[in-house]
Amino acid sequence: MQSFLQQAVFGIQLGSLYALIAIGYTLVYGVLRLINFAHGDVFMVGAFVCYYACTRWLPFRDLSADPSAATSNIALAALVLVMAMCVCAALGVLIERFAYRPLRNGLGVADAHFWGLVAALPFALSMGKLTQVVPLAAWLAIGVIFGYTLRPVVRWIARRSVRTTSRLNALITAIGVSFVLEYGGLLVVGADPNFVPNVVPEKVYQLPGGVRIGTAQLAILAVALLLMAILRYIVVYTRRGKAMRAIAHDIEAAKLMGIDTDRVISFTFALGGALAGAGGALVAALTHVKITPLFGLLPGIKAFVAAVLGGPGSIPGAVLGGLLMGVAEAFVAGSQYSAFRDAIAFCILIVLLLVRPAGLLGRHVAEKV
Amino acid sequence: MKRVVNAAWAVLFMSAALTLLGGCKKEATTGGQEASEIIVGEYASLTGTTATFGNSTHRGVQMAIDDANAAGGVNGRKLKLVTEDNQSKPDIARTVVTRLITQEKAVAILGEVASTRSMAAAPVCQQYKVPMISPSSTNPAVTDAGDYIFRVCFTDDFQAAVVANFAFDQGYRKVAVFKDIKNDYSVAFAANFAAEIKRLGGSVVAEQFFQEGDTDFKAQLITLAAAKPDAVLVPGYYSEVGTIARQAREVGLKAPLLGGDGWDSPKLVPGAGGAGGALEGCFFSNHYFSSELKEEVTQSFLAAFKKKYSVDPDALAALGYDAARLFVDALKRAGSTEGPKLRDAIAATKDFPGVTGKITLDAKRNARKAALILQVQGDKFRVFKSYTPEQIGQ
Repeated sequence: MQSFLQQAVFGIQLGSLYALIAIGYTLVYGVLRLINFAHGDVFMVGAFVCYYACTRWLPFRDLSADPSAATSNIALAALVLVMAMCVCAALGVLIERFAYRPLRNGLGVADAHFWGLVAALPFALSMGKLTQVVPLAAWLAIGVIFGYTLRPVVRWIARRSVRTTSRLNALITAIGVSFVLEYGGLLVVGADPNFVPNVVPEKVYQLPGGVRIGTAQLAILAVALLLMAILRYIVVYTRRGKAMRAIAHDIEAAKLMGIDTDRVISFTFALGGALAGAGGALVAALTHVKITPLFGLLPGIKAFVAAVLGGPGSIPGAVLGGLLMGVAEAFVAGSQYSAFRDAIAFCILIVLLLVRPAGLLGRHVAEKV
Repeated sequence: MKRVVNAAWAVLFMSAALTLLGGCKKEATTGGQEASEIIVGEYASLTGTTATFGNSTHRGVQMAIDDANAAGGVNGRKLKLVTEDNQSKPDIARTVVTRLITQEKAVAILGEVASTRSMAAAPVCQQYKVPMISPSSTNPAVTDAGDYIFRVCFTDDFQAAVVANFAFDQGYRKVAVFKDIKNDYSVAFAANFAAEIKRLGGSVVAEQFFQEGDTDFKAQLITLAAAKPDAVLVPGYYSEVGTIARQAREVGLKAPLLGGDGWDSPKLVPGAGGAGGALEGCFFSNHYFSSELKEEVTQSFLAAFKKKYSVDPDALAALGYDAARLFVDALKRAGSTEGPKLRDAIAATKDFPGVTGKITLDAKRNARKAALILQVQGDKFRVFKSYTPEQIGQ
């Protein structure tokens, strides 16, 4: 019984993290019917922001040397969370602007130059660091050349094909963006694992029934709940939220009603990014796991499953799916069959989709052909 | 018309940029070679996921070759080390080793650290009858590729047996095992450990699994804690061990953790929350190399390495140094650069005074040598005990 309760506590903590990431998937799926595979990597970037903020950017003091630093460190930790959310929100917007929007609206001049610069980055880095003059100049020069050539090439290649907004194209682009973030990250920070040092004091409380719960878990739960409450407020009670729901319902009709769909879509990506960033920062700082550029892969996939489980497009569904997955995983991991912990998510998914094809809380909408 | 012109420009620019860059790169890697030099090939993970392993080893190898040249070369000829980067990938390891043998005409191949890459390249060396010496691949299967494949380190089954003997000697009779289910090294280590500790009279009271990349280990750790073990074996890599240790302490699992050479990294202690953190007092086995060993070869190597590179060598650098020196010694005795003669000379190595202990190659072309048990104290790894093969009855 004791270990049953204890596993449930871990499961809920793990599940609340999955839920935070899953909301990002579901929000974007809701408005664009797009599975944003790069979302797990946004989560990774949040973890890295937390790592750099805790080790370099912010004046954290060493707790083991000076226990009185606790108060100022906790204040700084809150700042780290906000920083991670801001950076990831911006990253979400950037991904939408340069990867997904050109698929909807065509490749603009800015898009071409952006991708030209991204493509030129490996060449420049092979010459040296970007802080040196020659590689920097080479990067800009090659990037601009690529940028100028990209549009004519795209137009020339596409001159005979009719442009369609295919879902498959968007999906492949999402996978591409995910790879750019993962392997770009490897290029920039390397594959060596990084660890966030102890910045906030940690305590473990003994609850009745033999359950132990740490401040870290309480903090993860509290922040996750708070953010979900804020999100619910935004989606249900604000004009922006109403516009998001309108787009989710019917994007063409929303456009006709005068909604600036591009802006609202950007906003949606910002929201999803901020939640993923918060999740990444919480995991990095409080579970002491190693951080590498490929760190977002597994949590990203599990959160995606959670989103599908709950019904893609449904925010309460994503939360429910995340919690369900976290608890199931904790129980399997704590049993004799811990090797099966990652497979259990998919087993649940398969069984559930047989019973409810639209997910737990998803609504099945018949598609007109 | 304008479109076509635009497109033509585009193609022209791109190809110009690519050739320019390609050209720069090529020039840097290939240089001229003199006919009288003996070419020694090395493949190493200079970039990629285990870049620190490759660079460390390479320094040791380079130092041994430089030493040999400073002493006048071998039989009147200088040595030239040609190093190829395999980007930490097995398929590239195979490609670059083929290139080292067929194009650079290397007389012997030194490498690799990771067993998967050594196993990828070994069949190539065997096929061309060029001896290969792995400095630090511990998987027993590496030297099974053929009679041209050697290593200067111990194997995982020996290492696991050492840890089992150590655990038993410390009075840890009930041991729990927490292994990385996807990692061959971890799985084999755990199996060999379990067999040895049962033979000695101890037992494995619980077993749980994790995977590289997991963020949460608490669920499994609680189950392990419920079995009340005297110690927990975590045969993983340093990147996970620190996190596991911290989460173990959080769930109230206070037993000491035990591990193998996968723990050996300056990142181990930071991952466990810094000096005096969750791993304080834990033990792991490692190659017979530490700055605390007072043997003269070790101390003079430490001083020379520090002088040359201004950093302290780790065990991988020492093993790289030993692999290259053992090769130079065999080359002198063989008096020839022909594969079969060189192979026989390497195979006949006996009591070679390496900086990682005396090396004698056995019939399976593995080194018989001692292992150390290190204890984590603060941010240092202190020598706690050492075991020779004879001591554990092997």
